[in-house]
Amino acid sequence: MTGSAQALAAQATLSATGALKLSWLLLAFPLFGAAVLLLGGRRTDRWGHLLGVAMPVAAFVYGVIAFFTLLGESDRSRDLHLYSWIPVARFQVSVGLLTDQLSICFVLLITGVGSLIIIYSVGYLWHDADRRRFFGYMNLFVAAMLLLVLADNYLVLYVGWEGVGLASYLLIGFWQFKNSAAVAAKKAFVVNRVGDAGLSLAIMLMFAEFGTMSFTGVFRGVGSAGSGVTLALGLLLLLGACGKSAQVPLQSWLLDAMEGPTPVSALIHAATMVTAGVYLLVRSNPILALAPGARLAVAVVGTITLLVGGIIASAKDDIKKSLAGSTMSQIGYMTLGAGLGPAGYVFAIALLLSHGFYKAGLFLGAGSVMHGMNDEVNMRRYGGLSNVLPVTYVTFGLAYLAISGIPPFSGFFAKDPIIEADFGQHGAAGKVAGVCALIGAGITAFYMTRMMFMTWYGRRRWEEHAASGEPHETAEPLAGGSVQGAHGSAEEYHPHESPPVMTGPMVVLAIGSVGAGAFLIINHRLQKFLAPVVGAPPNTHGFFTAPGIAATALAVAGIALGWWIYGRVPVPATAPAGGPLTVAARKDLYGDALNESLLMRPGQWLTRLSVYFDNRDIDGLVNTIAAAVGGTSGRLRRMQTGFVRSYALSMLAGAAVLVALLLAVRL
Amino acid sequence: MTGTAAPAALAAHATLAASAPGAISAPPIEYSQLGPMLVVFGAAIVGVLVEAFAPRPARRGTQLALSLGGLAAAFVWTVVIAASRQVFANGSPGHTAIGGAVGVDRPTLFIQGTIVVLAFISVLLIGDTRFSPFVAQAAAPPGATAEQEGLAAGAMHTEIFPLTLFAVGGMMLFPAANDLLTMFVALEVLSLPLYLLCGLARRRRLLSHEAAMKYFLLGAFSSAFFLFGIAMLYGFSGSVSLAAIASTAASNTSNSTLLFAGIALTGLGLLFKIGAVPFHSWKPDVYQGAPTPVTALMASCTVVSAFGALLRVFYVAFGNLTWDWRPALWVIAVLTMVVGAVIAITQTDVKRLLAYSSIAHAGFVLTGVLAVSTAGLSSALFYLVAYGFTTVGAFAVITLVRDPGGEADHLSRWAGLGRRSPVVAGIFAFFLLAFAGIPLTSGFTGKFAVFQAAIASGETALVIVGVLSSAIAAFFYVRVIVLMFFSDPVPDGPEVVLPNVFSGTAVGVGAAVTLLLGIAPQPVLSLASHAANQLFVG
Amino acid sequence: MRLYLPIFILALLGFGFASFSVFMGTRLGPKRWNRAKLESYESGIEPTPHPPGGGRIPVKYYVTAMLFIVFDIEIIFLYPWAVTFNKLGAFGLVEMVTFVITVLVAYAYVWRRGGLEWD
Repeated sequence: MTGSAQALAAQATLSATGALKLSWLLLAFPLFGAAVLLLGGRRTDRWGHLLGVAMPVAAFVYGVIAFFTLLGESDRSRDLHLYSWIPVARFQVSVGLLTDQLSICFVLLITGVGSLIIIYSVGYLWHDADRRRFFGYMNLFVAAMLLLVLADNYLVLYVGWEGVGLASYLLIGFWQFKNSAAVAAKKAFVVNRVGDAGLSLAIMLMFAEFGTMSFTGVFRGVGSAGSGVTLALGLLLLLGACGKSAQVPLQSWLLDAMEGPTPVSALIHAATMVTAGVYLLVRSNPILALAPGARLAVAVVGTITLLVGGIIASAKDDIKKSLAGSTMSQIGYMTLGAGLGPAGYVFAIALLLSHGFYKAGLFLGAGSVMHGMNDEVNMRRYGGLSNVLPVTYVTFGLAYLAISGIPPFSGFFAKDPIIEADFGQHGAAGKVAGVCALIGAGITAFYMTRMMFMTWYGRRRWEEHAASGEPHETAEPLAGGSVQGAHGSAEEYHPHESPPVMTGPMVVLAIGSVGAGAFLIINHRLQKFLAPVVGAPPNTHGFFTAPGIAATALAVAGIALGWWIYGRVPVPATAPAGGPLTVAARKDLYGDALNESLLMRPGQWLTRLSVYFDNRDIDGLVNTIAAAVGGTSGRLRRMQTGFVRSYALSMLAGAAVLVALLLAVRL
Repeated sequence: MTGTAAPAALAAHATLAASAPGAISAPPIEYSQLGPMLVVFGAAIVGVLVEAFAPRPARRGTQLALSLGGLAAAFVWTVVIAASRQVFANGSPGHTAIGGAVGVDRPTLFIQGTIVVLAFISVLLIGDTRFSPFVAQAAAPPGATAEQEGLAAGAMHTEIFPLTLFAVGGMMLFPAANDLLTMFVALEVLSLPLYLLCGLARRRRLLSHEAAMKYFLLGAFSSAFFLFGIAMLYGFSGSVSLAAIASTAASNTSNSTLLFAGIALTGLGLLFKIGAVPFHSWKPDVYQGAPTPVTALMASCTVVSAFGALLRVFYVAFGNLTWDWRPALWVIAVLTMVVGAVIAITQTDVKRLLAYSSIAHAGFVLTGVLAVSTAGLSSALFYLVAYGFTTVGAFAVITLVRDPGGEADHLSRWAGLGRRSPVVAGIFAFFLLAFAGIPLTSGFTGKFAVFQAAIASGETALVIVGVLSSAIAAFFYVRVIVLMFFSDPVPDGPEVVLPNVFSGTAVGVGAAVTLLLGIAPQPVLSLASHAANQLFVG
Repeated sequence: MRLYLPIFILALLGFGFASFSVFMGTRLGPKRWNRAKLESYESGIEPTPHPPGGGRIPVKYYVTAMLFIVFDIEIIFLYPWAVTFNKLGAFGLVEMVTFVITVLVAYAYVWRRGGLEWD
């Protein structure tokens, strides 16, 4: 199998022709939008959102054209060389865009789902004074994400990688006046740096080993590289993927990232950016093919994350955080799929695409609920909303069925092949992963059912709450239509359906949630389409095999359990104490504590070292290794007396030494 | 043309000792090739006439238009010469004008073009009179009533413009000078106006006076060394022409003491202007005291010009003696990089910080010089362009951050600036990142090019020192960024004024070029390597 | 080296004579100290007292002296030019006119800005 993957990777990359020659347009549209909106200032306030929507839509239109062009062509990738970045001697880095089957899938996802979410944002942020800035950042994000998936070498990919990180940082902290948002943004930034360090080390290693960073060059080179190198590359890439995709142990930032506006959570922290890690792993499949150890690590990380995410999602009362846990869990499935090698790549991508639809749909639905509920995020204050927000209810419900893995909705088609592929692996590891994935399927159905019942059915707890007059927790002041100063105490909730500009995208996404999985998997559509890039799975199988039936059964069991706990009896308005697992899950399974001891403490030590210099001039403090440099600096600085006579003397001495040096060399 | 240049050079020297009877053959003066310099000098002279005859209110506008127009014309003319088929006919490396006194070749034209563009931006900063950094009446002693009256009347020394043009003209001639006497004259022509300009700051005038005085004294001191070195080289070779010195050095091995003392002392004069350690001590004091637009001019144009002259002298006149001067220059490059980076750490004044950073950068360019190859020359040229634009932009930002009493120079005042005006702080942070050599900025490309050239010439140790000192340097740049973005703002902190057309253009062009040379350096890199391909004419 | 020998001898002689004179003057000369003798300048003119508070010292003399130097140098150039005028021909004329014009520009500036007025 590895041999054929090798051959596939080394397939000739043709220069772009025809419509694909214009693939730079994909970047140009959103980049133009971002530039105009961010540099244009207040002048663009009035029509800024229109431009902000138009640019991603234009990119999507081009993406569709490119997709059909690619369908018509033979199965080869198209490389558009843009220019050489630094053509100095041996160091040749060209900037180019690679349009192939894998990248075009992402292009369609990013621009398609992205456009829908940005349209939705027009309604969601209608009253926000800084709306223009938001659309600017969103365009920036779309541009960076497209650069990430279109790059034809790792360095340019890295630029996009950092670009989406920046956009994510800016958007999480969009409501800067909220301290929690600023802190969350910083946390996401810092945790991501850890992952980025892995990716950048991987790129440096590639350059050191193969003398190139282009995909073709690296994939050609790994064939002759030692097993140590491939293992190191695989693990470093995994570290990078963990940071971006919120996989254990770098998962903690994603939950806090929910401080950002809900459309941001939908686009960046559910549908696209967080899946960049999966893209990285799948794109690097020729490296993983030669590093079975790294692949095992990938699978292990994915398995752990899918369980951890599911457990966290089951305990959270905050609807967005629960969805964030669910996102972690779903990406865990994708990572697990990528860890299975050629047997899983296609299904990882299939899950990624369909997940893009239903998770974006769920987030937008959650946003719609918050929009109608004065930005309330606590599900214990929801209940019985199905009559009040009918469109949101139906779209959310369809997405719910999709994620729970109920046939024939898309989650079933996308997730089951991964579970099945696990059992298809040789050795015990595959079986263990398969069992975990099955359990995960049950957990998924459970927490989603919990969310359904808490939100849509049962008593209208918001009426009781308003009567009791307690202050409610708000996640998003100023968002949506909340005209009342969102911090009021005894205010009443007036849930209402969102405007069409918001429900429209939700309906489209719901259609995707229903059909995407079946469309991609049945007849092996995606499999055939992606085969040139990731190779074909070794065996094909039907859906109603033992693991498939087991998964469906567990999903039904999960739903039943959810109904038993949350549907049968009324949901208490305040969270019960819960068992130890619930308590731990509410605290994100101590992910923060782990990060703190592993990353933050050493990190703090490092920063303290640099802060020391900061304080030197302002406070005067401490000394450490760095003091050596600082001390030298201080001593040398004293030579700068300010007396022109001593300057002249030093020049004279310098002249004497210079003359002596030149004459000495002659001797 | 080079065939005729050699006899012409002889003829030029004959005029010095024209005791023989008969007609003196006049050296040819190629006006068309000297055009850029003549335009700048001409604009300066017209500027003096404007000062003499134009009514006071009309002066500023006229002078500004004259200066900008002159510089723009000079740039166009430079481009025309560079594209000229006549000068570079049949793959000729160039031409020496006025009987061998002035070299017209690709590296020189590249340097002159760079100087003119950077000077254009600096003049824009000088012309930004909203918060004029220049004294109303330089002759009035600080704090005197005459000064107050001048301030109240809104007076301005519009002589600043012709002085700047004279300095720029000298800077253009400096790297073009093909004999040491012309070079000395150019050195003085560029230095004298600068000494004056340094003393014209409106605020903290005593500091400014002190800066001017120090610059003048030390500049005169170094000029004396330079002249002394010229005398020794003349004693050695019997000529001041760079080519003649080179040919004598190749053939004559006796009297090497004179030659090497001459190399050391002329080198000193040039190293002083670029601010290499241990001839750097004037730089922080002068950069701090001088009005910021003048500092911008000095930090960009003067450095570019002095490096041009250094490259010409060491590549043309001492090109055969590479193995002899390399070790000495190596030591200086190492000292410059390390001392510049290390002392910068403890600086508390933004302008002083940039002065030390400029010293460290001079060390990095010296790395390219030490490569002694076309790659080295082209990388040094590229580095100068990259650094020049970034530094002009950075100083332009400094003019925008103001306290009631003038610019807020002390770093503690910059704390939390990122919260108050994120755009200005962001742009400044971008410039600092470029200074630090972070990828996707011009600084990275420049450093990469010089280090690459140095490694190719076997100067690995030098590159290691360079990388280490960049790391130290990166630390203090990042420290400023941290200070701006992660510290709490100081109460009643400095006001950030909105840039107008002048300073806005300066900041914008600086930032745009810095970004462009980081993302797509290819055109300028190839222009530099095209310029460097045939080195200087001898 | 022999070429420079006379110079060295001359330098030695000069240095020797100067030292000898000073030394003999202190030995042999009469010393009658009085107030005038202790002044900076023994010419009887009292040095101008430094203005209190770091006031201004008139620069009129400087301006005049510098202008003199400028025109003096012009003359120095003009003189040999006049001598070799026939040999230099039109080229010399053009160059010298250029030179004179630049000096005239400076002169015009000084004149218009009041540099030639004593008060």
